Amino acid sequence: MYRDDFVRRMQSPGGDRRTGRSMHLDIPLLLILAALCLSGLFVLYSASGQSLYLVKRQAVFMLFGFIAMITVAQFPVRFWERWAILFYLIGLFSLVAVIFFGVGAKGAQRWLDLGVTRFQPSELMKVVVPMTISAFLGKRYIPPSLQHIFVSLVLILLPVLLIVNQPDLGTAILVFASGFFVLFLAGLRKRYLVSAFLLAMAAIPSLWVFVMRDYQKQRVLTLLSPEDDKLGAGWNIIQSTTAIGSGGLTGKGWMQGTQSQLNFLPESHTDFIIAVLAEEFGLIGVLYLCALYFIFVGRCMLIALNSQSQFGRLIAGSLSLTFFIYIFVNMSMVSGILPVVGVPLPLISYGGTSIVALFLGFGILMAISTEPKRIRMEL
Amino acid sequence: MIHDAAFSDPARERRIFAGRLFLTALVITVMAVVVVFRYVDLQINRHQNFATHSDNNRLHVRPAAPSRGLIYDRNGELLADNRPTYNLTIVRERSKSLDELLATISDLIEISDEDINRFTKRLKRRKPYEQTPLKFNLTEQERGVLAVNGFRLDGAEITARLTRFYPNRELFAHVIGYVGRINERESQSIDSIAYSGTDSIGKIGIEKYYEEQLLGKVGSEHVETNARGRVMRILESVGPAPGDSLTMFLDSRLQKVAYDAFEDERGALVAIDVKTGGILSIVSAPSYDPNLFVSGISQKNYSQLINSPDRPMFDRAIRGQYPPGSTIKPLFGLIGLHNNTITMDYTINDPGYFFMEGIERPWRDHNSKRGGHGRGVDLAEAIIESCDVYFYKMSVKTGIDLLSSYSELFGLGNITGIDLPGERPGIMPSRDWKQGAKQEAWFNGDTINVSIGQGFMLATPLQLAVMSARIASRGKMVTPQLVHSINGVSKVSEVTTTDLEINSEYWDYVHKAMRDVVHSTKGTAKGISRGLDYEIAGKTGTAQVISIGAEEEYDSSKIDKSKWDHALFVAFAPVDDPQIAIGLIVENGEHGSSAAAPIARQVIDAYMKSRPEKDSLLLASDSATQQGGR
Repeated sequence: MYRDDFVRRMQSPGGDRRTGRSMHLDIPLLLILAALCLSGLFVLYSASGQSLYLVKRQAVFMLFGFIAMITVAQFPVRFWERWAILFYLIGLFSLVAVIFFGVGAKGAQRWLDLGVTRFQPSELMKVVVPMTISAFLGKRYIPPSLQHIFVSLVLILLPVLLIVNQPDLGTAILVFASGFFVLFLAGLRKRYLVSAFLLAMAAIPSLWVFVMRDYQKQRVLTLLSPEDDKLGAGWNIIQSTTAIGSGGLTGKGWMQGTQSQLNFLPESHTDFIIAVLAEEFGLIGVLYLCALYFIFVGRCMLIALNSQSQFGRLIAGSLSLTFFIYIFVNMSMVSGILPVVGVPLPLISYGGTSIVALFLGFGILMAISTEPKRIRMEL
Repeated sequence: MIHDAAFSDPARERRIFAGRLFLTALVITVMAVVVVFRYVDLQINRHQNFATHSDNNRLHVRPAAPSRGLIYDRNGELLADNRPTYNLTIVRERSKSLDELLATISDLIEISDEDINRFTKRLKRRKPYEQTPLKFNLTEQERGVLAVNGFRLDGAEITARLTRFYPNRELFAHVIGYVGRINERESQSIDSIAYSGTDSIGKIGIEKYYEEQLLGKVGSEHVETNARGRVMRILESVGPAPGDSLTMFLDSRLQKVAYDAFEDERGALVAIDVKTGGILSIVSAPSYDPNLFVSGISQKNYSQLINSPDRPMFDRAIRGQYPPGSTIKPLFGLIGLHNNTITMDYTINDPGYFFMEGIERPWRDHNSKRGGHGRGVDLAEAIIESCDVYFYKMSVKTGIDLLSSYSELFGLGNITGIDLPGERPGIMPSRDWKQGAKQEAWFNGDTINVSIGQGFMLATPLQLAVMSARIASRGKMVTPQLVHSINGVSKVSEVTTTDLEINSEYWDYVHKAMRDVVHSTKGTAKGISRGLDYEIAGKTGTAQVISIGAEEEYDSSKIDKSKWDHALFVAFAPVDDPQIAIGLIVENGEHGSSAAAPIARQVIDAYMKSRPEKDSLLLASDSATQQGGR
């Protein structure tokens, strides 16, 4: 009896969360998630030009996401640690398959057609790569040795290069970042960090010359001076900043945003959806969303901090950081402080695979959060 | 546990991780703050700029074309109308297959390759939701065929547009003029806002002179467009105001009589209402169909008009300057009487020629057989029989200064001020004029030439009509006017004029002499007096086109018709209470009596017949008021 009570108290530091815990669900995370999803659907309805069809599809994706999240959360953390390498291999295989069987749009081949639906293996790698690196480093000494760093980098770069090749620079950078965050959180020595930084700086020119496509270069140039090409590449940035700025403090009202409703805003229901929100709900809407995101990321980081295993810490930490980077990159590019890269706004932008991939990550976070407390003393 | 775990130090792992996570939390907080500040900057600090930019993005002002003012004659008959023309247009995005649609249409109505070519060219410049014209000016039959087959012509539409139409075609071409597409030169001088909904402008005639009144006021629609320029909704609209309608003094029945009277001859006629100065009829023959110009004249038609030896585009009535010939004789006689250089009793001897001191060459009398008009020719006889020698003599006695300055009071040598663009002033020669134009001093010989309306003297048919009207009205400063009222409101003449003070005895004398030109057995225009139940006063004139030597005889059978003399006639009627005054010329018509006077008779006859309806103008302006909103 005493022991049961003790365990229960240790398992529920913040009070009685028996229900959530028994279903392996983190209630605060779930609530914020629900709030984000509903807000997302609300904005999407307006951003898609009142397309109930798209909203329904998005809702179905979210439902799938919730199911996937809950399913993933039921597996013990150790399961994911053990099988990470298998998912990694499957992911890598899918990326190779995309080269041969992939379908695409706008000159990029990113999707695999599964008959029922199309899915984007690169999105999955955003979860699988940090999971694999976490599993690998979780069992090793920290800070990671040079040898382990090297192995980790190889594991990261294999899928990243495949994704760059699609080409999908935005996703590739995010996948790379999600893997690199694991290395960083694992305690990568400062000298390696500094040399990595210097290496990255040195690599930018060659990246510019050899890796980046013309349209990608154009996006960077456009960022620097959007007015040079008002109707071409600069159009997106000019129209999105106009949408945001014209929203003011309180916005023009739901479905009243002229920039988005009259199609001045490109990609208004996908990558640029934040501009619709900013135009129609003003700074108040933006701050509301930022607050939700901030609480969400904070909760994720808390889960990481409280994790029982090194694997759990690393993967949870990396996933929260990646999630933040999503938000940061998207909001920055739409408001014109970063070049336009194809990064959707998590949970708000329309897009199936991205949502499902996100929810898979949240599932792992929930598994970690509801992991039974190991009592060191017992060992 | 796994092999490494045996050596792992969970507390250290946790400590390092916590340190890294804390660092990360700091960094991402800073990053979040940066992004939030960016949004604050855009949405609060720069909100005003972006709000303006956003409005400029979506709000556009679209002009709504006003309908051009209508032009009526004095009886309310339309001289210039706006008629819907029907064009076949295609909206690309609404047709399933453009090629199929074009094929179907070509089966139904005639579509030329030129139409197709122009259509494909235009299509490239238009947006898919915009109408692209395929064929203009559909006939009623074509419209019918297309309407019946409308169900299989998705994407094709018949659109109506108001276009200027001149129902009387060539009858009023010179006076009413026409509208045409605004050309590049015009587009630089016009108010681009006022014309934003209009693509045509008055080119000549009344259409040009009253352009401002006829144009109307452009309306505007504030529309919201999407990024592709498609109109999403109309936010605010101000309807266009139609142009003012004009009621002319012109009488289209009289105009038709006058135009038809010229038959194949070239010439011009102006008929003035003596009481008001209103132009009853103004004809320049031959004429052309002004409708050709409205939507752009074809090169073929244009060069045909331009190259015609008859010069149909030339407005002879106000721009044709001819020697007035003997038609000025009554005026000069009047001037002589008024200035006492001659008297009503003054007579001369006319041997058929006139010698001036110091000049060897004689001036011939053109209007008599050899031997002249004989003895005792007074002013009346000189007018009735058109005796040149009398006027040679009286002009030397009177002098060019008096002749010139008084003639100007009768409308010669200056523009008359008619409400038409491009009027020519003619020439009333004077010492100053000769000094300026020829850098030569005036000779008495010049005066003698002027005395029979030859030499340097030139007048337009309009000026002759004005002169005739001022004589008819006994010195009232009759000023020619075309427009009677604008939107039913009578035009008030701004010029206040002082009438001429001439002894009524002299008026009676000259009127009687002019009456006798037509009604006495010796009159040069006695040919038109047959069957007259009222009296016409007139004066014939002949203007030399080539000079004939003093001893040569003018023989029309020996020279080309284009060198024949011009025939002129001035007239007014009825003599006891003059109503209508006329000036006219028949180019190369030879004699005023045979070629010109009969035309005047026809016009005056028609005028006298329709006199009971003289009050029609009042009715016409009423109807114009009612139709002004059309």
